[in-house]
Amino acid sequence: MWDYLKLAVLGLVVVVAAVAASMARDLAYLVHMLVIILAAGITFFWIIRRIGEPVQVASQNEYMDGPVRYGVVATALWGVVGFLVGVVIAAQLTWPQLNFEWAQGYLNFGRLRPLHTSAVIFAFGGNALIASAFYVVQRTSAARLWGGGLAWFVFWGYQLFIVMAATGYVLGSSQGNEYAEPEWLTDLWLTIVWVAFLLVFMGTIIKRREPHIYVANWFYMAFIITVAMLHLVNNLAIPVSVFGSKSVPVWSGVQSAMIQWWYGHNAVGFFLTAGFLGMMYYFIPKQAERPVYSYKLSIMHFWALIFLYIWAGPHHLHYTALPDWAQTLGMTFSIMLWMPSWGGMINGLMTLSGAWDKLRTDPIIRMMVVSVGFYGMATFEGPMMSIKTVNSLSHYTDWTIGHVHSGALGWNGMITFGMLYYLVPKLWQRQGLYSLSLVSWHFWLATIGIVLYAASMWVTGIMEGLMWREVDAQGFLVNSFADTVAAKFPMYVVRTLGGVLFLAGAVIMCYNLWKTVTSSPERKPARAAAAVPAE
Amino acid sequence: METYTFLRAFADSWHLLFMFCFFIGVFLFILRPGANKVHEDTANMIFRNDDKPGGGNTGPSTASHKDPKEAR
Repeated sequence: MWDYLKLAVLGLVVVVAAVAASMARDLAYLVHMLVIILAAGITFFWIIRRIGEPVQVASQNEYMDGPVRYGVVATALWGVVGFLVGVVIAAQLTWPQLNFEWAQGYLNFGRLRPLHTSAVIFAFGGNALIASAFYVVQRTSAARLWGGGLAWFVFWGYQLFIVMAATGYVLGSSQGNEYAEPEWLTDLWLTIVWVAFLLVFMGTIIKRREPHIYVANWFYMAFIITVAMLHLVNNLAIPVSVFGSKSVPVWSGVQSAMIQWWYGHNAVGFFLTAGFLGMMYYFIPKQAERPVYSYKLSIMHFWALIFLYIWAGPHHLHYTALPDWAQTLGMTFSIMLWMPSWGGMINGLMTLSGAWDKLRTDPIIRMMVVSVGFYGMATFEGPMMSIKTVNSLSHYTDWTIGHVHSGALGWNGMITFGMLYYLVPKLWQRQGLYSLSLVSWHFWLATIGIVLYAASMWVTGIMEGLMWREVDAQGFLVNSFADTVAAKFPMYVVRTLGGVLFLAGAVIMCYNLWKTVTSSPERKPARAAAAVPAE
Repeated sequence: METYTFLRAFADSWHLLFMFCFFIGVFLFILRPGANKVHEDTANMIFRNDDKPGGGNTGPSTASHKDPKEAR
């Protein structure tokens, strides 16, 4: 019965999308409708082929790891795609001839840049967060995921969101809000998927068999709820037509700017920080095989982080039309954020106290430790750059780009790689990874890549900031903008090289993980291990 | 404008006080006497139920229920 209802809804979706496609006002909308027809059609046939088969009742005594496995694969693949687009746009900035004439309007820097940021943040990071949230919440709640097949809907629905966002960027459907580029239709779809994600996560927490909610789950919960709130408020917009992708935002002027950066900074704070801290608080203790250094500190980290982060957004709007008191408020809270961030970093690093020798033997731990190190560096650099006097030099320069990438590549990237290396042998019941020396190769390529990237962006950022403000004895500006662009060329080459190294590391990781699944020996049943008496 | 004035005045007086007290209260609650055992047990929960959900014969965790890995 339930299946027939699903089929009816999917059939209806196909028909409505086909009508909407025939009425489409723009190319992006037309392509989105075709994508929806394809997705609904595939799901329709997938269900109809299985109709009448005996229903398999999922055992509550088993974890639901299917969506986690798919999420792990999606994370690795989207990661490579996102890094590749990043290398392409870095090369485009270095050699503008790569903005080919025949691809103008589709594959030039302006179109590919949001594709890169969304691919790495939402496709790579988002899939890593969803997969790890599903894995961690089950283990720490000692319960199977709530909601039956809803977790599958979250996974596939999220992939559909990514495809719609990506095709929209290339075809020019964009709100022009950084990290919130998708237009109203894609935003609505993400809202539905996100509510399902929240339901699965909260449902599992509610039916947990452990008395307490482990700290990682608090971070994941804050991430899911806050991102939902940010997404809804920042994307309030009225579509021009239901058959077109263009919409008009509700907010205007400085309010619009403030809400955008309230969103933008908390996307960093709750998507790229709180969510990934959830990963850190589970996977570092697991890989180190010892509990977190101080559980009390981890709870303080959580509350202080969520209380302070939400106020830090105005530091993106220093010296703009935003009132001075709001700028100062944003700066003050950004500086205060340094404390909980470093509390969390110390907690992560000290988890290894007494097990520092693992750094020598275990390249996965090394990756995780470097990631926490970059978390510490980025959360020191950020507060410093939010100080108005520093910001007057750093704002609009490549220093900001360098800061973002030391956080994103170093902290988010490395902790995700560590998580993937931990999870893949577990999820596919393998004894271990295919090759630890390939992990070491990945580690060094990625680390050297990040160092090249961050260092070149510091140099070019501070250089262009100083060139922009240089005045001669008469008070005239010394450099034209084009002078600064010309001066940046060598650093741009180094940045591109750093990106290539980071991408090469990720490709090696994909090969290693693939070989782990296909040719690493199978893990013996857990029962044999449980029978060994504790020494 | 009336609503704005009211909300603005409320936000930087009573609500500010509430958030400040809540924040301090959370820290005091974390440091309450007797929390050590709870925190230790919770910090170690990640070493249980790795392959299978709990329940059935394992039941909710207690101090007596410990995985071999915890005996360190």
